[in-house]
Amino acid sequence: MDLEISVAVSADSRAASRGPGSAPAALTVNGATYLVAVEPRVSLLDTLREHLDLTGTKKGCDQGTCGACTVWVDGRRVLSCLTLALSCEGHDVTTIEGLSDGAGLHPMQKAFIKHDAFQCGYCTPGQIMSAVALIAEGNAGTDADIAEYMSGNICRCAAYPNIRAAIREVRDATA
Amino acid sequence: MPVDRVDGPAKVTGAARYTAEIVLPDLAYATIVGATIPSGRIRRIDTGRALAAGGVLAVLTHEDLPRVAEPPHLLPSLVGAAAPGESFFPMQDDAVHYAGQPVAVVVADSLERAQHAASLVRVDYARTPAVTTLDEGRDSAYEPPTLFGGLMPARMSRGDVDAGLADADVRVDVSYHFAANHHNAIETSATTADWDGDRLTLYDSTMGIRATQLTVAHLLGLHVSDVRVVTHFVGGGFGSKAMTWPHVTLAAMAARQVGRPVRLALTRPQAFTSTGHREEQEQAMSLGAKRDGTLIALRHHKLSLASPFDDWAEPATATTTQVYACPNTEGVHRLVTGNTMTPTFTRGPGESVGVFVLETAMDQLAYELGVDPVELRLRCHAETDPRGNPWSSDGLAECLRVAASSFGWARRDPRPRMRREGDWLIGTGMAAAAYPVAFIMPTQRARARIYAGGDAVVQTGTQEFGTGVTTVMTQVAADGLGLPMEAVRFEAGDTDLPNTSAAVGSSGAMMVSAAVHNAATALRDQLVAMAVADSGSPLHGAEPSDVEVHDGRMRLRSRPEVGETYGEVMGRHHLEDAEALGSWTPPPPDTPHGLLTFGAQFAEVAVDPEFGLVRVRRLGGAFAPGRVLNPKTARSQLIGGMLWGMGQALLEGNRMDPRQGRWSATSLGDYLVPVNADAPDVTIDLIEVDDEVVGPLGAKGVGEIGQVGVAAAIANAVFHATGRRIRELPMTAELVMDPP
Repeated sequence: MDLEISVAVSADSRAASRGPGSAPAALTVNGATYLVAVEPRVSLLDTLREHLDLTGTKKGCDQGTCGACTVWVDGRRVLSCLTLALSCEGHDVTTIEGLSDGAGLHPMQKAFIKHDAFQCGYCTPGQIMSAVALIAEGNAGTDADIAEYMSGNICRCAAYPNIRAAIREVRDATA
Repeated sequence: MPVDRVDGPAKVTGAARYTAEIVLPDLAYATIVGATIPSGRIRRIDTGRALAAGGVLAVLTHEDLPRVAEPPHLLPSLVGAAAPGESFFPMQDDAVHYAGQPVAVVVADSLERAQHAASLVRVDYARTPAVTTLDEGRDSAYEPPTLFGGLMPARMSRGDVDAGLADADVRVDVSYHFAANHHNAIETSATTADWDGDRLTLYDSTMGIRATQLTVAHLLGLHVSDVRVVTHFVGGGFGSKAMTWPHVTLAAMAARQVGRPVRLALTRPQAFTSTGHREEQEQAMSLGAKRDGTLIALRHHKLSLASPFDDWAEPATATTTQVYACPNTEGVHRLVTGNTMTPTFTRGPGESVGVFVLETAMDQLAYELGVDPVELRLRCHAETDPRGNPWSSDGLAECLRVAASSFGWARRDPRPRMRREGDWLIGTGMAAAAYPVAFIMPTQRARARIYAGGDAVVQTGTQEFGTGVTTVMTQVAADGLGLPMEAVRFEAGDTDLPNTSAAVGSSGAMMVSAAVHNAATALRDQLVAMAVADSGSPLHGAEPSDVEVHDGRMRLRSRPEVGETYGEVMGRHHLEDAEALGSWTPPPPDTPHGLLTFGAQFAEVAVDPEFGLVRVRRLGGAFAPGRVLNPKTARSQLIGGMLWGMGQALLEGNRMDPRQGRWSATSLGDYLVPVNADAPDVTIDLIEVDDEVVGPLGAKGVGEIGQVGVAAAIANAVFHATGRRIRELPMTAELVMDPP
């Protein structure tokens, strides 16, 4: 599985001397660079939600078990609740807000609507970030693959069959 | 009509804001410190280090938290009154009744600082003996006079069950143990409280904004008009957000204390001890039947672990004693007082467990009689309710036949343990499903407003937690007004809007659609009346009943070319807008109709008997929920319910550690819920049945019925695969594997 905790280490030499108070950091999110002041203990998830007002990335467990907080760091999916914000300096973070290229919805977003692949919508941004990455990883070949590689993203409304249908459609359209 | 969700774009782009995402200036963060013991007293609570930690604004304990104005009294939120989840409010004295009970609330200027300071609060407890499992309290079980906030009898009986059982040709006796279940909505409950003088605005993740408003006003001694509750998107409920739990009022108290808006979001572990659960329980059933399958006796007993505060258990025997014709029935609920918070509704409350017991017992009876399980249900299904009243609508027989056909049931060899594919034993099973329609809510209201340009806004105080209510009510309103859907905006989630009850018990589609339909058609009728009375209108003098509205244009049914738009008649009357209220009052609870929603469930499993693994290979269900307002969203809700039933059967259960008196699982790593790889493809058949009792649109709702019966179908399939009946849920590997 490519779902793993980011262990990216900041190239910034100040890292070792920062904290425990708020420290300045430059984060690149969805192509824009933000200067934030966060304590070293602050997760990427809370930085996105509480400091950058990017609330599309959801907090479901804060324990790395539900996948609602899935974002990409340098194009790989990571759990932002288990990733420290400061460790993302020098890396590209992509969230649901940055998925579309600006010209309307991303095909995966459209497919999720078409196949009713969500109900309450709370896990949906994480599902979609995983789903797009899944195809790029080459892990969407069969229904069994899709089910296995999407199992880090819990949907308590249990829209799973519809999520698989949405991913199949995008996979086949982009093949 | 199948329609995409109108809130789809907001949800797939992350633009939808849930409660913990509301931005307010100067927001502070509160976190709860929960008791680590199940029973005892707080000897001393040391807040010094927490108060000295950076950014801390307040640490509240029982020593300084204000007393509530009146103690809470549990009442189901569907009733439309204050609806605290338990008749208890924490931090009023030094007593601890359950682990996780709030003993302190820490407020700080950031989430991390609040959580860190909470870890610095030191509590000294004097622990006393506790009861946290049925086994520990079995000897003190009692039969309460009533259940459910006093709304339901704990005992129901008809005829003479002992005589019926003695008279039976065939008798089946079953008993089961059920581990506790937790809802685990992916959005944990959260509240943001914002005071403006004595007026309070609460952003709350709730299935009932009115319940939150009334409960908090009651506890804090506020005028109801001074409390406004807003919720635009709720990240799942499943019952956990049906009642108003203590943390909501604690957030408001904390905000008043620090003079800033305060957000309190439960952590995942706290969610296991803060919003109720489905209680640990045991159920036993005895069936007595004649050789031809005629039931002559049914006894259904339930034993539940309840709280020190409330005689609460999900009622489990009201449906099981109605589905099948049987002259002698008895349902009894007994309770053990335990050191847990008050249990609460969990999806398919009562029925998802009670019907499991009935439908596994019926499967066993079918084997005893040598009758096909589908055929036995068809023979036994009651034509009326036990009072002799006709069903408001039925459909069970058709559901059984259609689902059996879709599933390919006819090809089944009933003999157990006959089908093997490699290491796997294959089995199929089925169950009937039934869930009550409850008429305990007060009058429901909605408002419709149309502008001269032909666009409309329809409002009611319900809330969207994934049911699709926003989409379906947009459809209902557009249909009632004769407008295209794009011309209608549906607004909800604010107590300033007309009142509806909490959307629980599958009542949302029925009661909200009734109020919205009545508001929309009242506004339509008002404008039609204006046109036919207006000498300047081409419809002047027409009978209102001869006028229909299509695409915003009123026209004669017989001559569609004669007519005008809403805007034209409004323009002549110098009206920029027009408005109407609609209301719907449910029939009295003693309406002379049987009130159940019916369905049928089928499952195929593969079991590895050496490892005890169960894989559900496919699920098929047919349901008769009256009229289906949007097959797309209805189907999704039913699929979700069926997969919940799979979780109930195989994965979901929590046990108390009796030494610590705490739940053994407090994370989604330990409390297992279905993930994508667990979920098979699901086939749904929708059977529309006419129902003129349950509201003007005849919709009975689909939130719960999908879950009811699934676990029984799976358990019956496991029996068919292995030849063994498992008497516990969840059916974990160690129970399913062949004995050594």
